[in-house]
Amino acid sequence: MSLNGKDKKRYYTVYRIAGALLVLILAASLIFCMFDLPGLFSADHPGENVVAERYIENGIEETGAVNFVAGMILDYRAFDTFGESNVLFAATICVMVLLLSQKPSNGKERCRKDTDTAEDVVSETTEIEEIEPLIARNDVILKTVAKFAIPFILIFGIYVILNGHLSPGGGFSGGAIVGSGFILSSVAFGFERMEIFLNKKSAGIITFVSLLIYCLAKSYSFFTGANHLESGIPLGTPGNILSSGLILILNICVGLVVACTMYSFFSLLRRGKI
Amino acid sequence: MFEQIYDHFNDIIAAILFVIGFSNLLFQKNLIKKIIGLNIMDVAIFLLLASQGYISGRLAPILTDGSENAATYINPIPSGLVLTGIVVSVSVTALMLSMTIRLYRKYKTLDLDEILMKVSEESKVEDSSDTIVKISDDKDGQEREGVK
Amino acid sequence: MDFVLNFPFFSIMICMLAALSTFMLGKRAAAVVAKAAVFITLILSIVLTVYLHECGESFVYMMGHFPAPWGNEIRAGELEGIMAVFTCVISLLSLTAGSASIRNEIDESKQNLYYLITCLMEASLLALIYTNDIFTGYVFIEINTIAGCGLIMIKNSGRAIASAIRYMVVSLVGSGLFLIGTTLMYSVTGHLLMENIHESVMGLVADGSYDVTLTVITALMTVGLSIKSGLFPFHLWIPDAYSRSVAPSSSMLSGMVSKGYIFLLIKIIYRVIGFDVYKASGVFNIIFIAGIAAMIMGSVSAIRSKYLRRMTAYSSVSQIGYIFMGIGIANDAGAVAAIFHIITHGLTKSLLFLAASSFTGKKEDIKISDLKGMGHKYPLSAATFTAAALSIVGFPLFAGFVAKMLLANASFTEGWKMYAAISAIAVSTILNVVYFFRCIINLYAYGGFDGKDENNGTLDLKSDTLIVTGYERAIHAVSISALAVLNICIGVAPKLLSDIITKGLNVFD
Repeated sequence: MSLNGKDKKRYYTVYRIAGALLVLILAASLIFCMFDLPGLFSADHPGENVVAERYIENGIEETGAVNFVAGMILDYRAFDTFGESNVLFAATICVMVLLLSQKPSNGKERCRKDTDTAEDVVSETTEIEEIEPLIARNDVILKTVAKFAIPFILIFGIYVILNGHLSPGGGFSGGAIVGSGFILSSVAFGFERMEIFLNKKSAGIITFVSLLIYCLAKSYSFFTGANHLESGIPLGTPGNILSSGLILILNICVGLVVACTMYSFFSLLRRGKI
Repeated sequence: MFEQIYDHFNDIIAAILFVIGFSNLLFQKNLIKKIIGLNIMDVAIFLLLASQGYISGRLAPILTDGSENAATYINPIPSGLVLTGIVVSVSVTALMLSMTIRLYRKYKTLDLDEILMKVSEESKVEDSSDTIVKISDDKDGQEREGVK
Repeated sequence: MDFVLNFPFFSIMICMLAALSTFMLGKRAAAVVAKAAVFITLILSIVLTVYLHECGESFVYMMGHFPAPWGNEIRAGELEGIMAVFTCVISLLSLTAGSASIRNEIDESKQNLYYLITCLMEASLLALIYTNDIFTGYVFIEINTIAGCGLIMIKNSGRAIASAIRYMVVSLVGSGLFLIGTTLMYSVTGHLLMENIHESVMGLVADGSYDVTLTVITALMTVGLSIKSGLFPFHLWIPDAYSRSVAPSSSMLSGMVSKGYIFLLIKIIYRVIGFDVYKASGVFNIIFIAGIAAMIMGSVSAIRSKYLRRMTAYSSVSQIGYIFMGIGIANDAGAVAAIFHIITHGLTKSLLFLAASSFTGKKEDIKISDLKGMGHKYPLSAATFTAAALSIVGFPLFAGFVAKMLLANASFTEGWKMYAAISAIAVSTILNVVYFFRCIINLYAYGGFDGKDENNGTLDLKSDTLIVTGYERAIHAVSISALAVLNICIGVAPKLLSDIITKGLNVFD
């Protein structure tokens, strides 16, 4: 920062004026564009072309999924969805890098210029201690409601994951529901209870194994598809739970990843560990 | 005129929301408000996408009554794109929030300008006293073990 | 179908798998896996490029069982191949040369995550290079952004996080604009695959319908991507982000992350919107002027800054200006020059950052006046730094010279752009000379260094020197010399590279 105070102030004014102009131009051109777009809710939209037609008319023979959206995102356009779960993975890693607290390195004094003074550490710790009792306190209403609600939430989430190819939902939405069940349970009964089965190690293993299966399964199907080989994966009878080839497995993997990710986001943001 | 507005109602709302979110992301000083702006922006895009796919009188793209006619269902592509967009938006929001938490812990403020000012002051201090080496157990106040 | 054609897909998946497996590994194993994965990818990309250079064609590769408008696709030609080779070279050499910085400056428990983020970034860059579908492009842009943010803030100091959040805010503005551009493109054309969009756009232009919308879409995508790559009015995050992260991060960020977006932009110009439609929209002129402004302003800011890495970061701003100016010249020769400069600038800038890591040591940055005597203390780093500086300045026999010459040549047929481009290159070169020669003179000046290396590989807590083992020192030397040699090779024999780029661009549409 080589600018001095006055320079900086002038600089910010220029920045603001330029930004305001940019926003105005953006608003004008976007709203103008919107009038130019094809009309809403009408059947002669350019999107209604051969692409959408094949997804619906051949979807069941080709993917075996009754839910056309699931068939589309996990089979036709699977590379996008693969990228999308990697976005989630990358974000989890970055949040872990930021918030995962390390153990003090066994008394060895390290010296760096970027560390805070010990004072800062102490004040931060006390601040967290002040908040923490709010979670662990004995709230009868919360606990009773949670006791009844959590099983239903979890079962509903699992249902949504397993029926991803048959009904609305799928790995992402079902995983989010299961994750919210985990979060409710940790809020009501404290993090220790959740830690018994979902700690850093198990969450890591679940994420790793699910993504690995996802990656390998999709690699197999991309490879066979591109080389015009038969994939040899049976599609089953459309409408059954055990049908539509890889989609069910992928949904389960995605669901597990999303559930662990949602819970670990909450846990990391809340107290700095999983 | 009104006819046209009625015809493009969702699109226009989406454009307005997008601009609101965009200007919040650019001009708000408060980091949390910036993140809210980001989310408004994303939601605007999802609204635009979803309304591009919807056609009145058609069903959700899930096989109903065995009909495999494309004219029965709405376009499934925008729905899939919105799903992807939502996941990206969730990841980015979590990342931004966690950075905000770290910055708040260190600089005790959510104002980005103030944070940047403190940061540049910090560099200046370090600059003038090159030899000062701070000693501490841990980095950036991450020691939060032993709570409870 | 030849087996070689699977290689683009293999390279993306190998990097993804390596990223996944480093999650479960310790730091040493993670380093080995990451470097091995990038190395294998490099070999695959070289083989692919040689193959494609011989047959001179491009191909599309179905990702799945469904052909063109239904499934996802990736596409590879010579240009994609050479870009993939280039990103692999930069990330491999950054990882090897930066292993000492990584070990010293990043928390021990998080070092494997650094390699993970690098692998993810490499995978996403490869996907960005090979993609044939704009929505896939968007998804991998986001991975790239998040991974870039991870590379900046992994140092875990408050300053690094503050610059990371600034980077994130700017990048998110850019991806928002790009996403709404993609959405509008979908609503107008009904396609997401590049070739199909191009067809529909041609139809729309012939009809004369949606002309304003097409211009707006063009502008939105261009502005979004140029914000993300740090073109001039949006460059404010660059100096902080590059100078406050660890050396390999700065090298990768400046060398390849911002270049991925520019390559996607070139792909969109040629393969999605179409060169003629793009030219008719007039956006080229805006890019051209912004590029020239960046060339001048970046150099001026670099002269004003007192710190070495910050100065190098500002020099990145001006070099990105060169690239955008090349695109803005609006002919094929300009695009060739721009892509050539993407590669030369990537090689030189990462060399500058990696060589500078010997001078800065554990410190975040070093004053240029404190460089005195460093040239005698670290002779190899200083020599390669000088080579890279000469290349950026545009000294003959170095790659930068060829790039500048190609840029100037490309502008000759373009009327007023010729005068603007040539005078901008001249002014910017003089400014480059001013700030780089200041460094070089300081490097080789006597004083400051008393002739002996006090803590040679020993653990000294009070010092700012990196704790470097002999192996790390050797591999650092090998990597930076490799970068310098590559730079000189391209400078001496630019014909092969420019031929590949020209031929690759010809089969682009």
